Amino acid sequence: MSLKKAISFFRPDWENNQKHPFISDGIKAGFPSPAADFDETKISLDNVLVKNREATFYAKASGNSMIGAGIDNGDIMVIDRSLEPTNNKIAVCCIDGEFTVKRIKTDKNCVYLMPENSAFEPIKVTENNELIIWGIVTYVIKSV
Amino acid sequence: MYALVDCNNFYASCERVFQPQLVGKPIVILSNNDGCIISRSDEAKALGISMGAPEFKVRQELKEKNIQVFSSNYPLYGDMSQRVMKILEGFTPHTEPYSIDEAFMNFDGMRIPDFHEYGLQMKIRIMKWLSIPVSVGFAETKALSKVANKIARKFPEKTKGVYVIDTEEKRIKALKWTKIEDVWGIGFRLTKKMKARNINTAYDLTLPHNEAFIKKEMGVVGLRLKYELEGKSVLELEEPKDKKTIAVTRSFAGNITTLDEMKERVSTFATVCSEKLRKQKSCCHTVILYLRKDKYKTERQRYNFYKIETLPFASNSSITISNLAVKMLKTIFEEGEIYKKAGVIVTEIIPENQKQFHLFEEENPKHLKLMKVMDDHYKKTGERKIRLGSQDLQRTWKMKQEHLSKRYTTNFNEILQIPCR
Repeated sequence: MSLKKAISFFRPDWENNQKHPFISDGIKAGFPSPAADFDETKISLDNVLVKNREATFYAKASGNSMIGAGIDNGDIMVIDRSLEPTNNKIAVCCIDGEFTVKRIKTDKNCVYLMPENSAFEPIKVTENNELIIWGIVTYVIKSV
Repeated sequence: MYALVDCNNFYASCERVFQPQLVGKPIVILSNNDGCIISRSDEAKALGISMGAPEFKVRQELKEKNIQVFSSNYPLYGDMSQRVMKILEGFTPHTEPYSIDEAFMNFDGMRIPDFHEYGLQMKIRIMKWLSIPVSVGFAETKALSKVANKIARKFPEKTKGVYVIDTEEKRIKALKWTKIEDVWGIGFRLTKKMKARNINTAYDLTLPHNEAFIKKEMGVVGLRLKYELEGKSVLELEEPKDKKTIAVTRSFAGNITTLDEMKERVSTFATVCSEKLRKQKSCCHTVILYLRKDKYKTERQRYNFYKIETLPFASNSSITISNLAVKMLKTIFEEGEIYKKAGVIVTEIIPENQKQFHLFEEENPKHLKLMKVMDDHYKKTGERKIRLGSQDLQRTWKMKQEHLSKRYTTNFNEILQIPCR
């Protein structure tokens, strides 16, 4: 029988205090993502559709008088109240105490509220009417 | 230069934004539970409806005078208030929201050639963007800007809703016009004392021979007020702070006489406190339970009861806070007595991320996850459908709101409907 030791025992070195950090997350050894340098924020619809948070309100259209302008029954309208009402803008108006959505048409001395559906009549605003332009419709959100 | 901006009849004005047909019509807003009148349009004031009148007493009168009634809609008012404050920040970043409908502003270091004109711009923008009418008062101090604001509100034709106190002459005239009870910080009791001393206007309060009296009655607060009214600025804008205590207390519509019933209420109050803590991302150390008996129906002298206990670790878990509140309740509740009111108050509030770890006791980490699920669900649905077992599942957070308008700006299902006819 050989006297050669099959196993050698070593004493652990208790003297050396050096500690090795344990990295529980593991270390990634791959190639860094080439996209990392082009990190951009995600697209936010809020930022696109809302220019002025404080002055923006949402409302739901109910009815068909504006389908020609792309506003269908049930669509959500984004309304910016800080914008000036000018010719051809679509506006949420309050005429004689009733809300409605119409396109604003102005000629020399008169304001018309125009529907976008031939089944409906334009409204000529006279001095007997009380008209408040509540806000300007800037976007329409619809499900398809 | 300071400004105080105050929204005119704020709650009533908020309702009119979404019901413009009510502009020019008399309307009133009721407090929580439709208790009493807390806001009136100018038209309702003119019809003689008084502030604070209980609804049941004036119900008939409101009907006869055709006055539109609303329950208070705090989600709506809160959102509109934030919009007002944000718009004001566009005029100076130094803006201090002072209450839901007023803000102090400071313009030091800004070059503004004409304050009246600047105030008009603020007023016009808030009116156009939000349909909320405001009054603006400018002066060298906060207390004087309050006085200027009152003048702007009182004389809308003359001032166009904006008044600037910028000369000594105007200051003295304004103080002589301001009744003592309308001075910032002078309440009902002080008014009585002041009047007994012949101090009837803000001007009287600043007279040298009254200084000792003011100091005696109001201490340093009174002296500060005096300086401020004299045009010497001693009060600055205050930084917003997280709330130091959160209290949820309710008077009961009926009486509560059994421990079971009370346990359910207390648990619910504790849950709402915890929710508020989590919303502002903080934890509390101490929980206070408050009970009030019907003082006419108890044989004993005492009818208010408090119990205070401190948690071993700061918490915002509904379970932990509710358990502690119920534990305290068991020690002070007396079967057979009639209780009228109860509440849970949490205090010693610290930010969530400054929580100190405790050596032996720690919050069950599962709570955190559970609370997040509960909060997310509540945020999404607007209903507290997930509750603790100690809460009554049938019971809703019962509040009488018979005249509630829609949450036009905070709930997508309740946005304005515009007819396209």
